[in-house]
Amino acid sequence: MTLLQHVPHGGGKRVRLAKPELLAPAGSLEKLKFAVHYGADAVYIGGQKYGLRSNADNFSIDQMRQGVEFASRYGAKVFVATNIYAHQEDLPGIADYLREIEDAGISAIITADPAIVETAQRAAPRLEVHLSTQQSTMNWQAVKFWKEEGLPRVVLAREATMDEIREMKARVDIELEVFIHGAMCSSVSGRCVLSNHFTDRDSNRGGCCQSCRWKYDLHADDRSVSEPGQNLFTMSSKDLCMIEHLPDLIETGVDSFKIEGRMKSVHYVASVVNAYRQAIDAYFADPAGYTLRREWVEEIGKAANRPLNTGFFYGTPGASEHIYEPEEKPAPYDFAAVVTEYDPASGIATVQQRSPFRPGMEVEFIGPGGRRFSQVIGEMTDRDGQALDVARHPLQSIRLRTDHPVEPLDLMRKRTG
Amino acid sequence: MSSAAKPELLTAAGSIEQAERYIRAGADAVLIGEPRFGMRQPGTIPASQLAEAVSRLHALGAKAYINMNKLFRNDELPELPDYLKAVAAARADAVTFGDPAVLLNVREHAPGLPLHWNAEMTGTNSAAADYWGRRGAVRAVLARELNEEEIASFKRGTALDIQVQVHGMTNIYHSHRNLLQSYMEHLGREASLVRRGPDRSLYLVETERPGERFPVYEDETGTHVMSPDDICLIEALPELVAAGVDSMYVEPLLKSDAYNETVLRSYRAALDRMAADPAAYAMDPAWLEDIRLLQDPERELGFGFLYKEQVY
Repeated sequence: MTLLQHVPHGGGKRVRLAKPELLAPAGSLEKLKFAVHYGADAVYIGGQKYGLRSNADNFSIDQMRQGVEFASRYGAKVFVATNIYAHQEDLPGIADYLREIEDAGISAIITADPAIVETAQRAAPRLEVHLSTQQSTMNWQAVKFWKEEGLPRVVLAREATMDEIREMKARVDIELEVFIHGAMCSSVSGRCVLSNHFTDRDSNRGGCCQSCRWKYDLHADDRSVSEPGQNLFTMSSKDLCMIEHLPDLIETGVDSFKIEGRMKSVHYVASVVNAYRQAIDAYFADPAGYTLRREWVEEIGKAANRPLNTGFFYGTPGASEHIYEPEEKPAPYDFAAVVTEYDPASGIATVQQRSPFRPGMEVEFIGPGGRRFSQVIGEMTDRDGQALDVARHPLQSIRLRTDHPVEPLDLMRKRTG
Repeated sequence: MSSAAKPELLTAAGSIEQAERYIRAGADAVLIGEPRFGMRQPGTIPASQLAEAVSRLHALGAKAYINMNKLFRNDELPELPDYLKAVAAARADAVTFGDPAVLLNVREHAPGLPLHWNAEMTGTNSAAADYWGRRGAVRAVLARELNEEEIASFKRGTALDIQVQVHGMTNIYHSHRNLLQSYMEHLGREASLVRRGPDRSLYLVETERPGERFPVYEDETGTHVMSPDDICLIEALPELVAAGVDSMYVEPLLKSDAYNETVLRSYRAALDRMAADPAAYAMDPAWLEDIRLLQDPERELGFGFLYKEQVY
């Protein structure tokens, strides 16, 4: 709706804008490959130290090297999130670790703690330092401060509105990065220690146990505010999704669009990146003729497991931007297999199993650029030509005929449930 | 203040009269301010009364610090220069800040005004403290989630004075969302039923933890959730002094004046006795007992994170 009503600023004369970077999460080397292949200009990963996702399948230095090598074939960059707030025991070793990251070919670190900012500038000067959203930067003077401290980029607080971002961009010559998609802290980032209190896990060092999504009974004067049968209180936020509002965001001049989700699946990362890649490219191919395409919204919907909203971009979220109902429906589609080979002569594809599928099942193939088709699986065999009634083994290679040509790294997905 | 000297006993107050009561009960310094600039103040002392407030605090021999620890929005920035000029003209002893915008404005509009760095949960290491120290801060306010070993190590590592909370509740979650109003709306109730500002009648109970009450309230800066227990470190004062803590903060939020005065009197007595003869110091059990008598039975007194090991 917003898009149809969209009127460019300046009486129809558009300012020539640079294409923003599409920055995607990569929780593992495999996810990195899919993120880049499906169109990310840059990916961010976690190393084995100083990152906020202690449960993610984090990268060793050697894996970082492999990731950088793969990304460079696409002209993409790799950033490392070193976004904890360090305690005393974390301080020794920061410089050595940053030098290792730098030597592995990483382009930038994403950092909140001034201790790490300063160490990087001194010890690993070829690493760009991007100020993490964990610093909760939400005004132009704070942005200016970090510019004067030598940082080339600030990742803004998720609380910044479209108008505020436009003003920051106008007043300070620095790269700005904003989250455009994914789960959000409902607190000001970094300003939550619920996990520390509930479970002795340090949220600002990667121990967050998402207590904000638990259920709470709100009392006023020793009496529960809710009636029996009503939903309890929670701090749970809907997930951010800006696919329907990209022209607004592009016209703020923001330099990097960030997708959240280092813990998310290959299927999620590929689907979401795919949709935003197409939308950004479509806008820049013809800004005046740009329209939102339903396929992009559907594509995101197939990977999403929470209801979506626009965060703070158009004002403070209200009642409808929070989740009070029972949570965590599975995403409507699940990753079934990845294409590893395709023989155009026979029309037979070889796919690697990621979750069980069988003949007669309706599946969907997707590939970069929005290639997509549905089909019913016919006969399928293993590598030796043995017919199979079900693909039950993870990573097993399966051959099956596809209705249209496919390419390696295309995904096959199935309905869940 | 060096660690050999007597540590400062600091609290916050919401009015000049309250500040005076707390000073008479033993506070050496009082944090004051208004919600336009400082979060979670127990009340408002507007800019127009700052000069009077500071001079009355000074007249009682106490220091006056101004709370400016908010994270600011673009449209709030124009208010900073005039406020800082008023703070400097009032001869306040320091301002606390978390947002670098305050630092830039102090440099330009109130140069020389001492700065206390207070980043709340994220004030966790001495290298970060020194970073702000080289940019003008003279004191670091430590996160309440540090343990004793970390506090001691922090102090050894920094050139700044350190401030540690010794008593009261702590903020454990802050959102810019109006979560209480939103929830009332979701229930189909009037959102205006939620009062703006610290409110002692509201609390959350997590479904798996029926015994713990988390105070919660909403104000101009969003929603604040507070700890279910009160920190009480009076028994650990010798260790904190040995660790070099320069300022000890008593959080008065959501407590009665009588309670806060009792707490301050107990800590005052302890610090005075320790300073008079450190070697012979022993805690008087009555100091803790006086606090216990007024303690909300629903809120335990505890050591917070002082002896905890956290994982991540």
